[in-house]
Amino acid sequence: MINAPLLSVNNLKTWFFTDEGTVKAVDGASFEVGAGKTVGIVGESGCGKSVTALSILRIVQEPGRIVGGEIQLRRADEAGCVDLAKLDSEGKEIRAIRGGEIALVFQEPMTSFSPHYTIGNQIVETIQLHQDVGKEEARNRTIELLRMVGIPRPERRIDEYPFELSGGLRQRVMIAMALSCNPKILIADEPTTALDVTTQAQILDLLREIQERTGMSVIIITHDMGVIAEMADDVIVMYLGRVVESGPVDEIFHQPKHPYTQALLRSIPSIFAEPRAKLPTIAGSIPHPHNRPVGCPFHPRCVERIAGVCDVHAPQLRPVNELQMASCFLYHEPEEAPPS
Amino acid sequence: MSKAKPRAAGGDSLRSELEEPLLTTAAEERVSVATQWQLMWWRFRRHRLAMISGAVIIAFYLVAAFADFLAYADPHKTEAFRSLIAPQPIHFFDEGRFSPHVFALIGKRDPRTFKRVYEPDPTRKVPLRFFAEGYQYKFLGLFKTNRHFIGVEGGNAEELIFLLGTDQLGRDLWSRMMVACRLSLLIGLAGVTLSLVLGVLLGGISGLYGGAIDTLIQRVIEILRSIPTIPLWMGLAAAMPRDWGVVQVYFAITVILSLIGWTDLARVVRGRFLALREEDFVLAAELAGVGQMRIILRHMAPSFLSHIIAATTLALPNMIISETALSFLGLGLRPPAVSWGVLLQDAQNIQTVALSPWLLSAAIPVVIVILAFNFLGDGLRDAADPYG
Amino acid sequence: MLTYTIRRFLLALLTVWAISVLAFAIIQLPPGDYVTAYIAQLASSGVDVTPEFAENLRQQYGLDSPIWVQYMKWTQQIARGNFGRSLEWQAPVLDIIGDRLWLTMAVSVSAVLFTWGLALPIGIYSAVRQYSIADYIFTFIGFIGLAVPSFLLALILMYLGFRYFGANIGGLFSPEYQLADWSLGKLWDLIKHLPLPAIILGMAGAAQLIRIMRANLLDELRKPYVITARAKGMSEFRLILKYPVRAALNPFVSTLGYLFPFIISGSIIVALVLSLPTIGPLLLRSLVSQDMFLAGTIVLFLGIMTVIGTFISDILLMWIDPRIRFERRE
Repeated sequence: MINAPLLSVNNLKTWFFTDEGTVKAVDGASFEVGAGKTVGIVGESGCGKSVTALSILRIVQEPGRIVGGEIQLRRADEAGCVDLAKLDSEGKEIRAIRGGEIALVFQEPMTSFSPHYTIGNQIVETIQLHQDVGKEEARNRTIELLRMVGIPRPERRIDEYPFELSGGLRQRVMIAMALSCNPKILIADEPTTALDVTTQAQILDLLREIQERTGMSVIIITHDMGVIAEMADDVIVMYLGRVVESGPVDEIFHQPKHPYTQALLRSIPSIFAEPRAKLPTIAGSIPHPHNRPVGCPFHPRCVERIAGVCDVHAPQLRPVNELQMASCFLYHEPEEAPPS
Repeated sequence: MSKAKPRAAGGDSLRSELEEPLLTTAAEERVSVATQWQLMWWRFRRHRLAMISGAVIIAFYLVAAFADFLAYADPHKTEAFRSLIAPQPIHFFDEGRFSPHVFALIGKRDPRTFKRVYEPDPTRKVPLRFFAEGYQYKFLGLFKTNRHFIGVEGGNAEELIFLLGTDQLGRDLWSRMMVACRLSLLIGLAGVTLSLVLGVLLGGISGLYGGAIDTLIQRVIEILRSIPTIPLWMGLAAAMPRDWGVVQVYFAITVILSLIGWTDLARVVRGRFLALREEDFVLAAELAGVGQMRIILRHMAPSFLSHIIAATTLALPNMIISETALSFLGLGLRPPAVSWGVLLQDAQNIQTVALSPWLLSAAIPVVIVILAFNFLGDGLRDAADPYG
Repeated sequence: MLTYTIRRFLLALLTVWAISVLAFAIIQLPPGDYVTAYIAQLASSGVDVTPEFAENLRQQYGLDSPIWVQYMKWTQQIARGNFGRSLEWQAPVLDIIGDRLWLTMAVSVSAVLFTWGLALPIGIYSAVRQYSIADYIFTFIGFIGLAVPSFLLALILMYLGFRYFGANIGGLFSPEYQLADWSLGKLWDLIKHLPLPAIILGMAGAAQLIRIMRANLLDELRKPYVITARAKGMSEFRLILKYPVRAALNPFVSTLGYLFPFIISGSIIVALVLSLPTIGPLLLRSLVSQDMFLAGTIVLFLGIMTVIGTFISDILLMWIDPRIRFERRE
């Protein structure tokens, strides 16, 4: 990378301490987000993508806690970097960053708004939380934002309640709210999962268009390789709380290194495939979070596992070429003694 | 197990397949073939407080069944000379030997206030006897006996033991409390049974047919629920003819209590009916041409019976409170009937209570029973949703 | 919104009608009619009663007509403000009820306020700090509040007050104000005496509402819109009050409709134990002495009071839940 990254996550560990045991939802995730770039985080459900997003904003709920690692955010002023992982999760500093510098778009447009207030009320509130503007001004800005995300007749819609809007419109409102304070990073957690296909495309177009206009960075979290292909510059593949591979989108799609990434790509349906051809699936299922496998977390499902290595040692994320990194013993030797 | 049982469970195993398609391991296999009642029981067993409460309630009903055996003095025998005696402690050991006894009391007149006071006389020990003879009663209503759990030599326990003291008329409070269990706990059961019939019938009709009749029943419920119950009960209870006997009053009170009590149960039943009508297994049965009555009994009943049991358990304490309140006011059961409310009637006057606080002791079983029923009901309600 | 209000209003009217029928039934239920009882009483007090006078009375109350005509006449009388005479007190029913109705209202409303004032913050606290020590303590107290009927609580508190402070803690006025005319001093005296009956009456309701509030809020706290609000950078305190609490208020407010009848019911017995100069002891006395016009009127008034309370809570519910305002409720 040429520029210093805007956000760099280093060996992040977020664990959930439940009565039944500790669930290591994120267990040593590392990645970087460059200014103006779009990073896609992909993986099956339960791989820790969403918890990573919540960790960055420091809104992981009890019994979850960040137990290690750092989240460095480069500030606009020359103050340098701030480690979000070290901030008080209810303090003033992190609250100024939430919604102000890093905004979140959530996966469920149905329930992400409170049904008790108008959408205008909920956006104006965000603006006034972060900027010192009057009510009238905030309201005008809200109307502008709603128009920008393509909501027809925003001056009327602003006084409507969320349940009066369709799912697609609601997701647009959600984006408008996230954009209201000109964030430097927008985290979109499964922004299109709950929408139908045509609406999905519109929302993705909207996100790209806004990014071009504002130059912000976007972290898009999804399980849909199609969304990644369409949106992302860089891709991070997560499995069981760890980053197994990362790299530019072209490299990931054309020469995936990690067996898991390869398996993921094989399971995408293609319109060029034979009709009625069976899709390849990944053998086995995701292990229960309480008994994650020893060694490489993917080895029980991996077709290329090396007996005596993959089920003993835990691989680390290491460069495999100038662009890509992978955490796999196919590309580098175990570095440490096996954990006792 | 009767032959009908596995068939009745058919609807449930279908349901469990629909909702839990991913069960694999052996332990989970056990769950998927269990009947709904087994699942409920497993879940209920985890609810420690509800289990304890269940035991407490069973104990109370046992006391009600064996009330006369556990009493030692005739609960109706009055004696002016033994008015308002304070509770008397039991001494379990006599010179290091286990030998439960009480001290005999000497009645004196306070020279200043001229009130009768009683003092224990440590020189006169009255040994307690187990399975002693006392007043005569019918054991479980079957045969006459005069054996009691405790008593004294000679069978005149009335004159010597006062575990919880006596009331104004010199009747023994412990014995009266035992006998009071019977009416207080039974009126709850009788009242709930009646409201259950009304509630299931009207709630079922409401949920099954819907439309105008549903609206009508719902409005009636809403109206009944917004009427303050106690003034209404008081009015109805006061309107009962004075010359009615204990049994008549008892039944009238039961009817009055359930006239209002059915609304909660009707709501539960209606809610379940509405929810179940939409279930796939009901639709499947309908498409298979099963008759309506059979659908209700075979397919729907197993899945809402548990809810009804839970709702009934939660309705019981309200009945008990209501009876106690009405009797306390003197509008419910009337002496010579004995219930906790009737016993508390003596405690209406604060001056009396201040001098003889043991008259309040009937409040203790009321509170324990209500708590136990609430905990048990909560546990049952949680367990009633084995898939939830 | 208007349809909702009208529908609720019609239901309230219907309830008032049902209560009036019940009140009438209570008046009619005891054997013998009012005039017979009245004449017997007059005769026993030495007044000579002419048959014409008796006949006149019968005419006035329509006692020889069918029951529904009697009901109509009774309601007509009520519409003119004539609620009949009390046999026992030898005075119009309204004169006897007098202040007691307002005092009952004051006690009930302050009990409702207490219930809310206690249940709301404790319910919120217990949900937000679930499984904390305070949460366990509140849950425990809540269960006790649920299990001890209000009149027992009153008895126990009376006993403790008598035993340890040597004072009678009942009543609504200090002795010097008991018979005095209304003045600011008397009002202040009343306000000072209100908390105890309010607490006793409100305990059970508060216990129940705490449980409802806690359960609802726990559900709401898990909803995505809470995370959305958190992601905006709101402070936790403001966030919880504005979003989940607002949502949890909804079922909370809807219980007010049942809370009010419940408290009025309880106030009857508690008033008796605490010897409050409210309508409760009067009702009991009228029932025991079969003074049915007085009893029926009291039941009618209490019923109407609860209907008004329920109606207010319905309107409050509509104000608090935009979905009802928009008739989006199925």
